[in-house]
Amino acid sequence: MMKLLRHKLFGPTVLAVLLFFAPLIISTYSVMILSEILIMGLMAISFNLLLGYTGLLSFGQGAFFGLGAYCAALMLQAGYQNLFLILLVGMLASLLASLVVGFFSVRLDEIFFAMITLGFGMLFFSIAHNWLDVTGGSDGLPVFVLPSLSLLGNEITFYEPTRMYYLVFGIVLLGLVLLWLIVHSPFGLILKAMRENKQRVSFVGGNVRLLRIVAFAISGAFTGLAGVLFCLFNSMATPEFMHWSFSAKPVIMSIIGGTGVFLGPLFGAGIFFVLEQIIIQYTENWMLFLGIVLVPIVLFFPQGVFGTLRNKIFKQGVK
Amino acid sequence: MLKVKDIHTYYDDSYILQGVDLEVSAGEIVCLLGRNGAGKSTTIKSIVGYNHPRKGSITFLGQEISKQSAFKNVRLGLGYVPEDRRIFSELTVQENFEVSFNDKTEIRWSIDDLFSTFPLLDKFRHRKGGELSGGEQQMVAIARALAGQPKLLLLDEPCEGLAPVIVEQLGEIILRLKEHFPILLAEQNAHFALEISDRGYVIDKGLICFSGTQQELQNNEEIKTRYLSV
Repeated sequence: MMKLLRHKLFGPTVLAVLLFFAPLIISTYSVMILSEILIMGLMAISFNLLLGYTGLLSFGQGAFFGLGAYCAALMLQAGYQNLFLILLVGMLASLLASLVVGFFSVRLDEIFFAMITLGFGMLFFSIAHNWLDVTGGSDGLPVFVLPSLSLLGNEITFYEPTRMYYLVFGIVLLGLVLLWLIVHSPFGLILKAMRENKQRVSFVGGNVRLLRIVAFAISGAFTGLAGVLFCLFNSMATPEFMHWSFSAKPVIMSIIGGTGVFLGPLFGAGIFFVLEQIIIQYTENWMLFLGIVLVPIVLFFPQGVFGTLRNKIFKQGVK
Repeated sequence: MLKVKDIHTYYDDSYILQGVDLEVSAGEIVCLLGRNGAGKSTTIKSIVGYNHPRKGSITFLGQEISKQSAFKNVRLGLGYVPEDRRIFSELTVQENFEVSFNDKTEIRWSIDDLFSTFPLLDKFRHRKGGELSGGEQQMVAIARALAGQPKLLLLDEPCEGLAPVIVEQLGEIILRLKEHFPILLAEQNAHFALEISDRGYVIDKGLICFSGTQQELQNNEEIKTRYLSV
């Protein structure tokens, strides 16, 4: 029994089953919050491929999230209805943009890397904010028609929140499986080695710059995928997605949940939104309370809430 | 196999290597001796491509490599064991080997070969590198360099800070490795180095001040007292 509990796929499988059946139990409003948690969780886990696995703190992930969202909004406005095409184009656009940003950023480390990615992020924000004809400026781009899916001859639409949830659940699950395979591949091992010491990686023959660009591009592509989903969920793409304060969200979620565990940032996203929902009932200044919560988490849960609890329960190192 | 010709290397503005020449041929262990700060490590780092010389040439297997990045030199066949046993302490012993990039077409050292060459490490296969003792970490560092399928091995101060009995074991390992490829050994411990080397160079203030066979070095009392504190 203990062996089964310790299996590294046991927890994620239970979680996936719970998430699958959750809409049967919880309210429609909660289903919508859960959709948002899953989308932001995908963004945070993609971000954590850089912070937790590669040791790079990117403060510009909002740019790729927004790019995915704008791609989806523009395609839907132009009349493209194919769900998979929209997902693919959003991911590809973010992949290309992150290749360019990565090319210029990855030669730097630590605070300099954080600042240059923040700079690029704000550049994207300015474009989205000021290029009225294409992006709609500060009003953003509304989406009126959602793509549908043909399954076994049936046309499935996603206007109903529970159906939207299952779309989000399916795509996020697929994204997380792919990311899990990446971090557990030989490439993922090299990322972990780079986090520890990039010079030593070059001493074993690793091209550090190229490896970092690849990691940055993978992270950007999955962040773009989350952006596409958020645009569909939110029926809107706005420049706020690209603002640096939005880029701070995956940073906070990863730190709350734990950067050393694959699913840590997803739990961080969950804690983030649940706290927001609770606090917002009493006060509008919920960011103040987020700050108050964040301080003890950093002090008492050095590996994040999920990371620290997991290590305490299983008394094992981070895998 | 490896030819270093008149290299001049700087650390920022400090002029460290002021024209170093040395050679390593197939089948030999060559040591580079000198006191602390004489330029041993800088020479090794210049060769591997971590600190490029501003002037001079380094050829390895007939290729000019003095301006090439470290990772390319390593892939070309320069195995490098850095000083202070710099392994990946967060990765397990086996993972330390797996991160090595190598030419997949010619595997002379598989993961299993590494564990049979260093049987002591086998029981620590899944232990994190940082949990091992200094001597064990040094073995991991050497084995990791082997996983890169080197054609020449650069060892930077391998016995620094290790107990004498471990140093002795290390000497035996290095002698066994000589059957596979030549070795350039930078070492402050002249006793240890001269015991296993065929030839040696003595470096002082960034210049080679003596070179000779093991016998010549052993018999030269002046060199031993002036430069090697033996």
